[in-house]
Order: sequence, then structure tokens, then C-alpha cells
Amino acid sequence: MQTTCACDVAVVGGGPAGLAAALGAKEGGAARVVLFDREKEAGGILWQCIHAGFGLHHFKEELTGPEYAQRFLDQARAAGVEIMTETFVLGIDADRRVRTLSPAHGMQVWECKAVVLAMGARERTRPAIHTPGTRPAGVMTAGLAQKLVNIMGFLPGRRAVILGSGDIGLIMARRLTLEGVEVEGVYEIMPHPGGLNRNIVQCLHDYDIPLHLSTTVSWVHGRDRVEGVTVTPVDSRLQPVPGAKGRFISCDTLLLAVGLIPENELSLQTGLALDPATGGPVVSSTMETTVPGIYACGNVLHIHDLVDYVTEEAMVAGWYAAGAVDGRRPDTIRLVRGPGIASCVPHTLSNRVEREQVIYLRVRQPMENCRLHFGEVFERRLRYAFPAETVRVTIKPEVLAEFPDGDLTVYLSE
Amino acid sequence: MSEVTNYLCIGCPIGCRLTVEHEGEQIKDITGFACRRGRDFAEKEHTDPRRVVTTTVTLAGGQNIARLPVKSEKPVRKSEVPVICQKLQNMVVQAPVRIGQVVLPGATSDGINVVATRHVATS
Repeated sequence: MQTTCACDVAVVGGGPAGLAAALGAKEGGAARVVLFDREKEAGGILWQCIHAGFGLHHFKEELTGPEYAQRFLDQARAAGVEIMTETFVLGIDADRRVRTLSPAHGMQVWECKAVVLAMGARERTRPAIHTPGTRPAGVMTAGLAQKLVNIMGFLPGRRAVILGSGDIGLIMARRLTLEGVEVEGVYEIMPHPGGLNRNIVQCLHDYDIPLHLSTTVSWVHGRDRVEGVTVTPVDSRLQPVPGAKGRFISCDTLLLAVGLIPENELSLQTGLALDPATGGPVVSSTMETTVPGIYACGNVLHIHDLVDYVTEEAMVAGWYAAGAVDGRRPDTIRLVRGPGIASCVPHTLSNRVEREQVIYLRVRQPMENCRLHFGEVFERRLRYAFPAETVRVTIKPEVLAEFPDGDLTVYLSE
Repeated sequence: MSEVTNYLCIGCPIGCRLTVEHEGEQIKDITGFACRRGRDFAEKEHTDPRRVVTTTVTLAGGQNIARLPVKSEKPVRKSEVPVICQKLQNMVVQAPVRIGQVVLPGATSDGINVVATRHVATS
């Protein structure tokens, strides 16, 4: 049995991106907005992010993850978004047909005027970074440990080593410490931290947890359970320093906080183009992918460090998905990554709009007092730029009007 | 004789490197901040460092979840963070719970409450 339904905007994923996109679609005038989430409750990963620091930009106050999720759930419900939980999306095609499966409604096919992709990201796992050694229990991603500790009420072990200094790793170093697990240290293969400075202070310095840069786990020991790891310093090519002796650390748990990968398995069914730099879809200034009527936002599009930016970007995606603007207006400026720029979203801009356009960039190297250029038309001074931090740039319509059609190179200079 | 202590601002993602020149507790000068919040943070961090505590407590009868996320209503003295966590360790909260509900009143020496940060229905 399969039923066919119709809606104006379908949102795939009920995390912060999906909830904001659904709200944006409602604000943009869409009559029927349906949001699909496979969990029992929408809200996504925010439920397990019990720490504070969310909402400083959007709400001008510091909220915890669950509080941030609750506000958006309340708003989405009040706006009339239909939230379908325990609903698994099986497929999406280029004609904007979404196939879903749920205990409540069985198989359904949704014919949608627009689809917003908001599936988020997955954590990189041990096979993705090829850590050698045995394969015992006790090696897990930091996000899984977060779910075990904060939602399910299990501690992952008694003495942990954390590999990777991304924000989730830093947050979990503090979490485990507060729950009575000893955290021996955080190890980072890069010469600079992967997470935000503020997290290094409040999660590591506050609890005297050491951070070892340019060091990686070179061996996992233990047969059934992790018994320890060997850590080794690496050189500038991220290879173990020749002749360096590794150091054995006794532990029963190894947490991996080694990055996130946008979850685009469903997206690819539509035939859309991905950007290798972000791992997410190529999008226009309206967050529309290369497949007409299919939009993307949040971590499925590019990895964010602030949920506030996810919200902002998703509201834009939802609003345009609702068809709030008269007709589609193709962008005429293509953003090209120049020196110093690791990634850049969106991929195109329009020079014929009356609104601000927001660009999210990541830099390759840490820099101080540098200049960010958009061709020869626009530049901005940056006091600091770190690879771990999104640089958010807004460009006013009058500045954009001066951009000629064609390629526009974004680059950094001293 | 004045001394210098360095702090890293946690007010926003920029993470300004703050320098406090002081004679003991007495602050002489603060430099390195990019905004008012940075200046305030340096002053506070030097004289009375505080953090919002977020942790979880055991939840009984909750729908889908075994732990209730909680936070201190206001930033608490850094030295009291482990004390609060210890007090919460053996607590059991019964579902249902409303967001903002006081879980532990007057958890600190200066009377700051610990509150729930999510709604929980009964299972």
C-alpha cells in the first residue's frame, strides 16, 4: 500500500536547519509545509548538546542546545508546520517526489513544489582516519559518547583519551570530567586547534586537561577492550616524526573528534552537483542546488561551527523554497576560491537584488590582520582568521550592483 | 610591583587575548579586548571567575530519555562547579518535567538555582 500526498515545501530532517527552513517557508508564504524526521522527536543533535553557547546571535542570549531546540519546535508548531516524526525518507528524485516510510502512515509519496535538504552530517569514524592497531571495544566517536552520557545515561569508560580537538571533542573532555571520567588529554594532528578558542579555555584550561598539538594516536592497544593508545608527534606533512618514540597511555576509551561529513546520500539521488571543498551541494545565493526546486541548508550543505548561522542560512533556504520571490532569478556571478580560501558558500551571487547576501567562508591557515578581497570590488579587514571558524561576510545590494557578471575571485592577503 | 596575567576571552568566537595588569587583586589596566564584553570578561575573570554549569541528572519515568539536562540559572563561581556536580550526582528527578523547573534550589553558596533545560513527558 502506498499513498500519494502533496505539499508546497517538504523539509528533510528536523534538526536546527530543518526547523528553521520550515519556519522560513511558512514566513515565505507556503501553505503546506511538511517536515520529516526519523527520530521520535524533531530537534536533531541539539538534544544531546546540553552545554550553553547557542543563540548568542539569533536570540541575543546564551541558551543550551535543548532550549534552542525547544524554541524552534514551539515556533514551527505555532506557524503550522506539520512535523512528521519517526518518518524515514527513502528517496528523493529530481522531480521533487519524496518517498517516506513510517509506522503511522506506511509508505507515502509526496509530490512537492520544493524540497529543502537538511539531513545534517555524520561523524568521521576510525576507518576514515586509518588509525592502526587492534579493534577492541571502547573506540567511539565523540558524538556517540555525548549521546550515551547525556541522553541514555551510560558512561563510556573510566579513563579516556580524545583524538581531535574539534568542538565536540573539547565539549566532551569537559563533560566526561564533570561526570567523573578521567580525561588524560586531547591530541590534535594539526599544529593548530580544531575547535573554537573559547572552548579551549572553558573545556580544557578550566579543568587542567592538556592539549597536545601536532600529535596523533599511532596505535590502539587491547584485545576485547581498549587497554591503551600510543601517541606520536607528527611533522609538517602530518607523518610521524622519523625516529620519534611514541608514548604509551593507559586508557579504556578512545574518543574520536576528527570532523564531520555532510550526509548527502539522499541528495545524490536527485543528480545534484557537490562541491568537493565543502562535501555539500553547490548552491546559489538562494540556497537552491543545481536541481531546480531543491534547496539545501545546515551541515548537509557545509559544516558549521555555530548553530546561529545554520538558522540564518536555513531561514533563507526555506523562504526561497516557498517561492516568495516572483519567479526564479538566476545568479550571474560565480564565486571562485583564490589564495587562502578553503571553502565558500554560496557558490554564486546575484547583482540584481535589493537585499543583503551572506557568504560563509573558511580560511586555510590561521592569519592575523589580513584582508579578504572579493575581486577588486570589495574588501574587508579581518583581525583574526582561523580554519576552525567560519568567516561570515554580508554584502550590501549597492556594493553588489558594482559586481560585473562572470567570475569573482575571493582571496586573502596580508 | 605590578604583575601581568593573560586571559583568553570566551565572550564570542574571536577569542581576544586579554592582558590584565594588576597589583594583587587590584587591577591597574586591561588591554587586548575588541569590545566592551572583553573588557568586562577580563575584569570578572580576574576578580571573580564564573561559568554557567551544564550537566545532567538521573531521570525516572521519562519518555525516551534517561538523563535530564540541567543548568545553573546564572554563572556560578568556578570553584563551586565541582561542588554542584557532586550534589547533583545522586539526585533523581521524576518525570514529567517542565523546562525551567527548579531541580535544585540554592545550589551554590550565593543561592543560585539549578533548573531543567528541557520538557520531559512521562513514559
